Amino acid sequence: MTSLPQDRGTTSLGLVIDLDVCVGCHACVVSCKEWNTGGYGSALSDQHPYGDDVSGTFLNRIHSYEVVPEGGEVIGEAGQARIVHFPKSCLHCEDAPCVTVCPTGASYKRASDGIVLVDETKCIGCGLCAWSCAYGAREMDLAAGVMKKCTLCVDRIYNEALQEEDRVPSCVRTCPANARHFGDLGDPRSEVSIMVAERGGYDLMPEQGTRPTNKYLPPRPRISLADQQPAMPLAENTEGARGFFAWLDKTLDRI
Amino acid sequence: MTSEPDLTLTEPVGDAIAKTTCYMCACRCGIDVHLKDGKIRYIEGNRDHPINKGVLCAKGSAGIMQHYSPARLQAPLLRTGPRGSGEFKTISWEEALSLAVEWLAPIRETAPQKLAFFTGRDQSQALTSFWAQNFGTPNYAAHGGFCSVNMAAAGIYTIGGAFWEFGAPDWDKTKLFVLFGVAEDHDSNPIKIGISKLKKRGARFVSVNPIRTGYSAVADNWIGIRPGTDGLLILSIIHQLFLTGRIDLDYLQRYTNAPWLVIDNPGGEDHGLFLRDDLGKALIRDRGTGALVRFDAFGHSPDLNADFVLADGRKVRSVLRLMAEKYLDPRYAPEAVAEQTGIDAATIRGLAAEITRVAFEEEIILQQPWTDMKGEYHEVMIGRPVSFHAMRGISAHSNGFQTARALHVLQTIIGSIDCPGGYRYKPPYPKPATAHPRPHGKPAHVQPGNPLAGPHLGYPLGPEDLLVDDQGKPQRIDKAFSWEAPLSAHGMMHMVIANACAGDPYPVDVLFLYMANMAWNSSMNTRGTIRMLEERDETTGEYKIPRIIYCDAYSSEMVAYADLVLPDTTYLERHDCISLLDRPISEPDAVCDAVRWPVLQPERDVRGFQSVLIDLGARLGLPGFVDPQGQPLYRDYADYIVNHQRKPGIGPLSGWRGEDGLDEGRGQPNQSQLDRYIGNGAFWQKHIPAEALYFKHHNAAYQQFAIDMGFFDTPQPVTIQLYLETLQKFRLSGEGVREPVAPEPYRQRLVDYFDPLPDWYMPLEEQQTDNSVFPFHALTQRPMAMYHSWGSQNAWLRQIHTRNPLYVPGPICNELGLSDGDWAWVISSHGRIKCEIARMDAVNSKTLWTWNAIGKRKGAWALETNAPEANKGFLLNHLIHELLPPKSDGMRWSNSDPITGQAAWYDLRVRIEKAEPGLELAEPSFAPVGRPAGQARAASELRYGQEWSKQ
Repeated sequence: MTSLPQDRGTTSLGLVIDLDVCVGCHACVVSCKEWNTGGYGSALSDQHPYGDDVSGTFLNRIHSYEVVPEGGEVIGEAGQARIVHFPKSCLHCEDAPCVTVCPTGASYKRASDGIVLVDETKCIGCGLCAWSCAYGAREMDLAAGVMKKCTLCVDRIYNEALQEEDRVPSCVRTCPANARHFGDLGDPRSEVSIMVAERGGYDLMPEQGTRPTNKYLPPRPRISLADQQPAMPLAENTEGARGFFAWLDKTLDRI
Repeated sequence: MTSEPDLTLTEPVGDAIAKTTCYMCACRCGIDVHLKDGKIRYIEGNRDHPINKGVLCAKGSAGIMQHYSPARLQAPLLRTGPRGSGEFKTISWEEALSLAVEWLAPIRETAPQKLAFFTGRDQSQALTSFWAQNFGTPNYAAHGGFCSVNMAAAGIYTIGGAFWEFGAPDWDKTKLFVLFGVAEDHDSNPIKIGISKLKKRGARFVSVNPIRTGYSAVADNWIGIRPGTDGLLILSIIHQLFLTGRIDLDYLQRYTNAPWLVIDNPGGEDHGLFLRDDLGKALIRDRGTGALVRFDAFGHSPDLNADFVLADGRKVRSVLRLMAEKYLDPRYAPEAVAEQTGIDAATIRGLAAEITRVAFEEEIILQQPWTDMKGEYHEVMIGRPVSFHAMRGISAHSNGFQTARALHVLQTIIGSIDCPGGYRYKPPYPKPATAHPRPHGKPAHVQPGNPLAGPHLGYPLGPEDLLVDDQGKPQRIDKAFSWEAPLSAHGMMHMVIANACAGDPYPVDVLFLYMANMAWNSSMNTRGTIRMLEERDETTGEYKIPRIIYCDAYSSEMVAYADLVLPDTTYLERHDCISLLDRPISEPDAVCDAVRWPVLQPERDVRGFQSVLIDLGARLGLPGFVDPQGQPLYRDYADYIVNHQRKPGIGPLSGWRGEDGLDEGRGQPNQSQLDRYIGNGAFWQKHIPAEALYFKHHNAAYQQFAIDMGFFDTPQPVTIQLYLETLQKFRLSGEGVREPVAPEPYRQRLVDYFDPLPDWYMPLEEQQTDNSVFPFHALTQRPMAMYHSWGSQNAWLRQIHTRNPLYVPGPICNELGLSDGDWAWVISSHGRIKCEIARMDAVNSKTLWTWNAIGKRKGAWALETNAPEANKGFLLNHLIHELLPPKSDGMRWSNSDPITGQAAWYDLRVRIEKAEPGLELAEPSFAPVGRPAGQARAASELRYGQEWSKQ
């Protein structure tokens, strides 16, 4: 068993994901793969990459769901089904069961910033952490035999060889819809914290009691077009085009 | 408690950063390629680039796997087995090029039309068209005819621009954005960036699309329209605007042909044409004096409401009066179109109300003076902040040209063309149809041993510009610019193989294709197309299409049908030029162009196609490719990019021209031009002056900027053509009252479909199909993570879309007892396919759909033959014929828009039946094609970057 840090500071680095603008393009998924396959720890392998039963290690995936809203807020045209694109990676929980379940100390939460990492030199590939994760956010790399997970691009965010503006996770850097935001959710004055406060950002499955750091922003409320007040027809327009021509004459005289 | 390990957190990404241009789709973003130990470590978006501003999509981020794809061709190939077998031998480039010359040189000297040269997703059409023109064949085009020519042609004829490469919403200022069905790669990242921007600003985003995925999933309002009825929806909104008088009369009288006078003389050869003076200038009536004056004369008040009799007794009416008479008809009322479109009248009315409210009550006023083309000074720029974007969903129907025109008419009557918050042109557009060339390929234009008399493609202004002979017979192999498809501005690539095989209008000797997967997902009637490629003349035993030269970088399905394969490089190994002479990448604020350059050297025996084409041009002695002594003019494509001049001072690239590199737009070649581009991140941009940023179609400062930049030599203002006289000329030919009179079989089509004011007609397949037998629509969409068939060879992207179910609306599933994972037969009047289904509710209730081009032929793309793509994946193409069902007279029309010849992919009508229990394999199924010579079997495991792993 592994302990969570006793001397955690207030810094909690994480992601805020805006479901109002995520179009499910998978840019974050692939950018994560390409950064991390040559980055922290062993490569993210792919099995049968050109054959049947292809699979590979991804630290971030998008799940697409079809939902039919019932009552409450009107989304799009009332009552109609819609697609929700839901990106998911490690949420860097404050009470991370994947850490406490680890028999070797490989899985750990950093005291300084709250990032949950795997020390691959200690990982024995037992898979207990993946089993304990309520979010299914860990993936065993079949080639390396070690557990892989989102590192919050720890090798980018503190990397002084990068331009300062690039010291963000690869998924945030690449997101074309600007649906992914990185920052300190432990600081109530940070941009991400303000965003969460203003937009009603929420925890994923709070009932699990893991206190995830990452937050999701819900879709903004929408107003049905059918509720739009129609414009009034021209008063003159009682006789088809002739009424329009009369209006046109009057209006042209004014301009 | 264990101590945390020390991590090395500061480390350079790689050894070097090479900035170039992406080619993982057609969007053409700037990329930073990080190289480490001679390999690609990481690809990210270039923050300075005008297109993507630093972001990059899934495709772009997967460039590593494309560059190292196992499907890359290794060396030139000569076919040794029968076509389709995939049996080839490797040959040298010298052998390959000599053979090509042996095939092509005699054709050029005797009958140049016997070469058909067509390119697919090519981004070098300025070069390929120049080559074909100098070869002398009339048979050249790129793939626009089966892509989005309806969009481009309707836009150029109407507003002198269109969407995507021609123009875009004013993302920073628009307050209402309406998106019609869009191919995701047609402005991929800019649309994502734009939607995000406007949503965060609180602007409303409405999506009109039968399927609620992708962008539609985040729309504030989704209008799940029935396919092919977008035109009716738009006309109904126009009806509402006329009914409520919410139209921008000031805009109409200044910038459009709304006040132009149309002759009303039924049965006469001038009926429906504009009243013109003896110089051919259209006339208007001055509302104050009643005098007839030229439309572009200064100081008049055009009468939008003109309706009078001329001194010679002819009646004339203004275009706006004709529009009001037409569009106020109750057949366009929301209630009248609700059933056809599947949209309730309240929603249509609400959309029309929202458009007018935002356009007129949320007007934007920019404190930016400007001067129009009549010399009038304006203190401010007035914006109507409603914007639209449309692409494939409108374009790929046989009524797409008229629908796209209707959309531009809607934009125009609310005054939102090139205004703040509206639609904005991207330079070098606007450019009116009259400033584009006419097509060339008439009998007199084709002379053996000589170049074609002018460019192949262009914009006909009337029947006199058609490429037909004295009998009205088509002159091009694809029958473009004939009576069958008069305004086919991008050619009709989808008809080439069928026509060449049938020898109609004549046989060809060599079919030369670049990057066009015609033996699979790029053809309608794929099985039939394969048969045509294999078909032999019964007497001679020769293939009906005797020689096929194909150039591709990867082992696509088409490779197996080539006789000679010229292997191309990957996008990171080549020079390329994203030119203003071709398909530009400008943004509304700036004119831009870009390059690709070899950031890695190929370790295979491959060459960039454009360099090969230049080499072939020199070997054939084509003008433009050799000097007077017959020596090659250009070493390779890079040399051509720098030194070719289309006319003095105008070359493929506009930046850093002039000997010292200080000129922009116009200037002499600069030998260090490519270095300057590379040093600037592989692109060039020049910002448009503030007074020229809007109303470019009538803005004197912009027109001067355009001349300075070399877009044209004299001002080319665009008077928006609400009423399109060109169409009326064809109609008069169809009525038989104006020369040239159309041949009999085509007349009724011209009368029915060539309405000079946009109208809606039922898509042709729907008209000719028994819709009780085929009650549903079937469509494909491009997944955001794939570009056509390219993604499946990519180990990372194929994990996102390994197979493609057919999505079936819930009510249909309920009726047929279908549930997820069931297999079903989908049947059209042409064919049947078997596929796996998935239930979906967020879709128009009459529309089945699937992802495009996931299905693969066994053996292609270096996939194992048991790959899901080749066993479970499927194409809808098998259900779509290139011809419509026969009519009573036995004649079969092309399955295309009757105006532009655009392939009508989305007109497909089907029914669906649950499949009998059995093998869960997609049908039809095809024999595997062999792996091309030199291609090794793909790896069974990848650990890309393992050598760089660190802890």
